[in-house]
Amino acid sequence: MVSKNNVLPEGLDTFPKLLARNAKQWANAPAYREKEYGIWQSWTWSEVFEEVNALAMGYVALGLNEGDYVAIIGRNRPYLYWAMLAAQAAGGIPVPLYQDANAEEMAYVLEHCGARFIVAEDQEQVDKVLEVQDNLPNVDQIIYFDKRGMRKYEHQHLNAYEDVQAEGRAGHYRLAPVLAERQAKLTEDSTCVMLYTSGTTGKPKGVVLSNTNIIASAKASSEFDNLSASDSVLAYLPMAWVGDFIFSIGQSCWTGFCVACPESPETMQADLREIGPSYFFAPPRFFEGLLTNVMIRIEDASPLKKRLFHKYMAHAKKVGPALLDGEEVSFMDKLKYKIGDFLIYAPLKNTLGLSKVRVGYTAGEAIGPEIFEFYRSLGINLKQLYGQTEASVFITQQPDGQVRVDTVGVPSPGVEIRIADSGEVFYRSPGVFVEYYKNQESTADTKDADGWVATGDAGFIEEESGHLRIIDRAKDVGQMADGSLFAPKFVENKLKFFPNILEAVVFGDGRETCTAFINIDLNAVANWAERNNVAYGSYQELAGNPQVYNIIQEHIEEVNKSVATDAMLSGCQIHRFLVLHKELDPDDGEMTRTRKVRRKIVGEKFQDLIEALYDGSTSVSTETEVTYEDGRKGLIKATLELRDVAVVPVNKEVAA
Amino acid sequence: MSETYVTPDGRTIGAPVLEMKNITLRFGGVVAIKDISFDIREGEIRAIIGPNGAGKSSMLNVINGFYHPQEGEIWFRGAKRKPMKPYQIAQQGIARTFQNIALFKGMSTLDNIMTGRFNQMKTNIALQILWKGPAEREEQENREIVEKVIDFLEIQAIRKTPVGALPYGLQKRVELGRALAAQPKLLLLDEPMAGMNVEEKEDMSRFILDVNDEFGTTIALIEHDMGVVMDISDRVVVMDYGKKIGDGSPDEVRNNQDVIDAYLGVDHG
Repeated sequence: MVSKNNVLPEGLDTFPKLLARNAKQWANAPAYREKEYGIWQSWTWSEVFEEVNALAMGYVALGLNEGDYVAIIGRNRPYLYWAMLAAQAAGGIPVPLYQDANAEEMAYVLEHCGARFIVAEDQEQVDKVLEVQDNLPNVDQIIYFDKRGMRKYEHQHLNAYEDVQAEGRAGHYRLAPVLAERQAKLTEDSTCVMLYTSGTTGKPKGVVLSNTNIIASAKASSEFDNLSASDSVLAYLPMAWVGDFIFSIGQSCWTGFCVACPESPETMQADLREIGPSYFFAPPRFFEGLLTNVMIRIEDASPLKKRLFHKYMAHAKKVGPALLDGEEVSFMDKLKYKIGDFLIYAPLKNTLGLSKVRVGYTAGEAIGPEIFEFYRSLGINLKQLYGQTEASVFITQQPDGQVRVDTVGVPSPGVEIRIADSGEVFYRSPGVFVEYYKNQESTADTKDADGWVATGDAGFIEEESGHLRIIDRAKDVGQMADGSLFAPKFVENKLKFFPNILEAVVFGDGRETCTAFINIDLNAVANWAERNNVAYGSYQELAGNPQVYNIIQEHIEEVNKSVATDAMLSGCQIHRFLVLHKELDPDDGEMTRTRKVRRKIVGEKFQDLIEALYDGSTSVSTETEVTYEDGRKGLIKATLELRDVAVVPVNKEVAA
Repeated sequence: MSETYVTPDGRTIGAPVLEMKNITLRFGGVVAIKDISFDIREGEIRAIIGPNGAGKSSMLNVINGFYHPQEGEIWFRGAKRKPMKPYQIAQQGIARTFQNIALFKGMSTLDNIMTGRFNQMKTNIALQILWKGPAEREEQENREIVEKVIDFLEIQAIRKTPVGALPYGLQKRVELGRALAAQPKLLLLDEPMAGMNVEEKEDMSRFILDVNDEFGTTIALIEHDMGVVMDISDRVVVMDYGKKIGDGSPDEVRNNQDVIDAYLGVDHG
């Protein structure tokens, strides 16, 4: 076991202490930025220290007790990060929630953690809490940040953020000693934060992470990538997600770098360009979307620009990754790359807001080789990491110079990895979570007495490089009727690498053949439709267009060819498919809030469609219930076409 | 009705801001508005509804100074208003939007909304060209007001987008933004929800209520669709064929036989 007492330096083992240090060490350096009224507003570390303390004192004045849970609901804003830091400063435990969760989902988490205080960004979030408040006897105070529309509410248990701070400031003499006393009791083993897992299966679980977990992970990962106070990040991923907590609070407080928050979710791309972060994290979905946009724009560009782009991108593909890894490249190639950089790469990176990225990570899902290569060939140091909420993010990551698309890297500093006989990956580290809140059973299922945690993923360690490779979710890997291996994710990832395909769900466990549901990418397909004069009135109509089916069919046939070359998985070729009439959506429970497909729920919900895929019919009528953003439900009807796809014959004996 | 009244949701509505007394407007032989009287009170949301061609837009144009009625008086804040040019009326704190969007299509959202501040700019053209002292300060002050409007209407993402490239619903929102930038006391909205889908209508209703609530702006709006308007208005005037056929709270108007006839149609013979 790692001895806990030696993990963290003296005096830096809780967040209130880190914040106090930062307020001294980087008193006038920017800590948080947010674009408001069209201008980047910033706060220095000493200002943040003051704001956080004022709010913490305000919490105490409102009756927050030690150990109380404080739920935080809203998009990435400095004020809400401070609300989390203030909860810690007042001896409470922050619990960030997904802001786009509906009232029911919120009720579950709020009830489960028994939150007494809720900090909500605006009226929309307050309304959601009030809607379910009758079932939440523990909720005592709701604090809202944006005053708009809140005037007419009953304010007995409802307070504005700035009023709470004002009250804290006013009671400074009385409240500051209380804070000091509470903070003195906090140790490295105190709970730092509770984060709810998105839960691809079943109800979300509350992952309890201690100060040691978070600070040790932040420290180790900051050292791994040489992060310093001069770095900067853009915080735009959900606050309830562990990664955002590690980047925007953990690493930021540890190294003192500045966290910038976008003006609104829609302006993220423009804000990214203005901030030009040096440290950047995005899920593969983001990089895919960005690349799709670039390609669409290039399609619309003048012939000269188009030619230049393709010529120099081809060159970048050839030498870019090698240059990034510091390998030998011929002088002429270097020169040509320099010209390309001047003409294409630098302006493109600038437009994308990725000019200054020194360390970029992608994780959560596999990224398409072409997508990954595209960014690396531009000279962006994009790497992969493999992590989990239960590990305080980091399990493995790729060191500079050892970046490959098919691995997730070597164990992060302080992490031990073990592969069980079943192929499942286990790890042990200082970041390993304390427990699942109020769920001993699941804790025991996941973490053994020695601290080894089951990831639920099947993988193996490459002998020559020591890199970890992930195959699929352990429980998704199954067997087809003829006994060959079924790994749906492996095929789905190949499908999703096509810009036209947003999401794919492959079925085939225990069956003779594999089939697939496809979600088209509306951006890419709509652009294609526009260029080819294909008229459509709705998503549903576009998705059902026979020409769209033709395109998807071509994509699948290409994937089949590639799957056929893999000896172990050649049985996973797709025989039939359909294009879904609706986008899979977290509001309908088909995906998690972090946008991972819930395979089981999709399977149950579209049972009729799966049956049709296997009974040989050529079309199927279906009705699907959908949930609108405001919680109302509706029904959509559709008749879907089912298509057969050419498969590559495989010699079974050879494959076996 | 007494000097003030309290709405069901607890807002106190004050004295009349604008009183229309026996207004008649003719275009040649056509009578567009016939002897109509009503008032708009401080802080209220006042709707003027009626079927197509009832004279609603003409009424708004009378308030706004585009048209001058042949008969009748307009009283503004307790004093009779002389015939004025629209810009003079705008200077009194009355702003409006148009039924068929009247934005500068080639200009950005930001610039369009900035034009709403034009009436409030005081420095002369020479100073503005030099971009010194008062001109620069004034530009900054006005920009701040405009940025707050942009924030309020949640249109940050289209700040720099040419208005012509925006979808219809957003253009309507930009037009509301331009009217708000003038920081009006009385805001006239000409069919703010025409041509919108349900979601856009809900958004727009929310904004109208918020404008009224946050800034205490008095709002007069025209709609021919009764649905949404009934939910957000405090009092409703109903017009049909240039005449006033109803006036009162949404409930009163909804149960008024003349109004029902006008909407469902009866034999006018």
